[in-house]
Amino acid sequence: MIKILDAGMRTTVQDFGRFGYLSKGLTRGGPVDEHAFLWANRLLGNSFNAAQLEITLGGLEVEFQQDGCFALTGADADAHLDDESLTLWQNFDVKAGQRLKIGYARAGLRLYLAVQGGFQVEPKWHSCATVERDSVGGLSGDGSPLQSGDTLRFQCDTPQPSRRVSWAYRSDYTKTPVLGLIPGYQYDDFPMSAREAFCYEDFEVSKDSNRMGIRLAGKSLETPEKGLVSEGINIGSVQVPSDGQPIIMMHDRQTLGGYPKLGVINPVDLGKLAQLQPGQKVRFSRVEASVAQQQLRRFYQFFNVRLPCQGGDNLRS
Amino acid sequence: MSNAESAFPKIVTAGADAILVYLGEGIDPEVNDRIMVLTNRVGSALGNKLYDLVPSYNSLMIYYNVLSLSEDELRECVRKLIDELQQDGDASGASKQSTLHTIEVYYDPSVGPDLERAAKQTSLSIDDIIKMHTEQEYRVYAMGFAPGFAYLGELPEKLRLPRLDNPRTKIPAGSVAIAEAQTAVYPSESPGGWNIIGRTAETLYDPQADSISPMKVGDRVQFKAVSKDEFEQADGSLESLS
Repeated sequence: MIKILDAGMRTTVQDFGRFGYLSKGLTRGGPVDEHAFLWANRLLGNSFNAAQLEITLGGLEVEFQQDGCFALTGADADAHLDDESLTLWQNFDVKAGQRLKIGYARAGLRLYLAVQGGFQVEPKWHSCATVERDSVGGLSGDGSPLQSGDTLRFQCDTPQPSRRVSWAYRSDYTKTPVLGLIPGYQYDDFPMSAREAFCYEDFEVSKDSNRMGIRLAGKSLETPEKGLVSEGINIGSVQVPSDGQPIIMMHDRQTLGGYPKLGVINPVDLGKLAQLQPGQKVRFSRVEASVAQQQLRRFYQFFNVRLPCQGGDNLRS
Repeated sequence: MSNAESAFPKIVTAGADAILVYLGEGIDPEVNDRIMVLTNRVGSALGNKLYDLVPSYNSLMIYYNVLSLSEDELRECVRKLIDELQQDGDASGASKQSTLHTIEVYYDPSVGPDLERAAKQTSLSIDDIIKMHTEQEYRVYAMGFAPGFAYLGELPEKLRLPRLDNPRTKIPAGSVAIAEAQTAVYPSESPGGWNIIGRTAETLYDPQADSISPMKVGDRVQFKAVSKDEFEQADGSLESLS
């Protein structure tokens, strides 16, 4: 077990997400930075779906109450195992009684703490992903974040060789990222000025951003005149409400919506957006759907992601 | 075929792993019937290659596994299924076999803070509003926004009101609301901008239950007015809006 001594700003249990329930209005949840999450599981030889802690901004302190192996990825922050300073993006052995203390993020916004074997949390509707707005998932099952005093079980049975992620695969969260936009949805209905501005101007991440959506501030984009009735919203969708300030929909998004959308951010780029602190800049550039699809296939193959597909009975009840 | 009709079916890319299929425009029960039939057929034909299907008013969102299907293959398969659907003709049978849900509602200004204003704006009495809201069956056009939230349509012309200029930050679970041509019940406490005219004691989303929601797209819903006593006996909460 590990015991949460200080839950920090906001720490939630996340597996890869709750699939197959969108038609009932239940969103996916799961790590908003899939790249950092999947690396943590890979470092430990875990299944892609093994449950981890998503730590927003840092400030988490835990005590291990059994021996094990853990990995820490994501935002750049000080981390100490007792008095020993740790480097992120690698795995570590830990003994019962040792304390892990994570400071506040210097660059980036979210860290991922994985243990070998994954945290054992009771799933609800096939997932333990914490989704606060749906009141589902997490340790208590009701979508609430972790609190000081909570304990999480895990079973560490396979000693792991020491591994670290090479620099080439880590993101530098201090840089202004350029994210791919896959044109789609109502892209053709937007005025040319809006399509061009979105891919040529800088946007700033607003402090009103959360796991539902990252709000951007920048040049106001003109929206199509034609109204819409509600339709499916993919993760990464670029919604433009009437004030012209785009919102990128993230993992806790609503499943349907009626705002016009310019397209969807390349899923392999989305983790970089999830790591931006309020006030940081971001840029966008068009990417062909076929290119993004090829990148996503490679990404899933590399991390051995097996999406749960439901057969003919896809619409779960 | 007129130009307007030949614009559909229309298929657009909705990311690296989804396409959105439109079978028509706006709110139209016939289009929604065909969306339902298409949803079932796409699920049967490709289910093990898809990870989610989201029907709505006039569209079907298809989320697929990029490791087992390409967008081109998916589009081709969906076009074939739509062609078959068009050859089969009438799809209205689909919703005729649907479930009818009766939802008991306590219509009162104490739990429906917009009821009196709605009466003024529509030049109807509160009793007229209740009568008009309860006398017809509605169709579940879409499920989404939040778990168990069913978009019901269409409201009688006279009951149509715009959304609030400033959405409320907190609406109690069970609130019955109207906006434009739509009506709905808020299954959980949430923010929202629709006009609240009453409250039901029924649970439309219980995160601890086995089933997320009793409703699905294509089902029918009828509201039934109940007294304060009946509402309270059914464990309805009279908590006021903040």
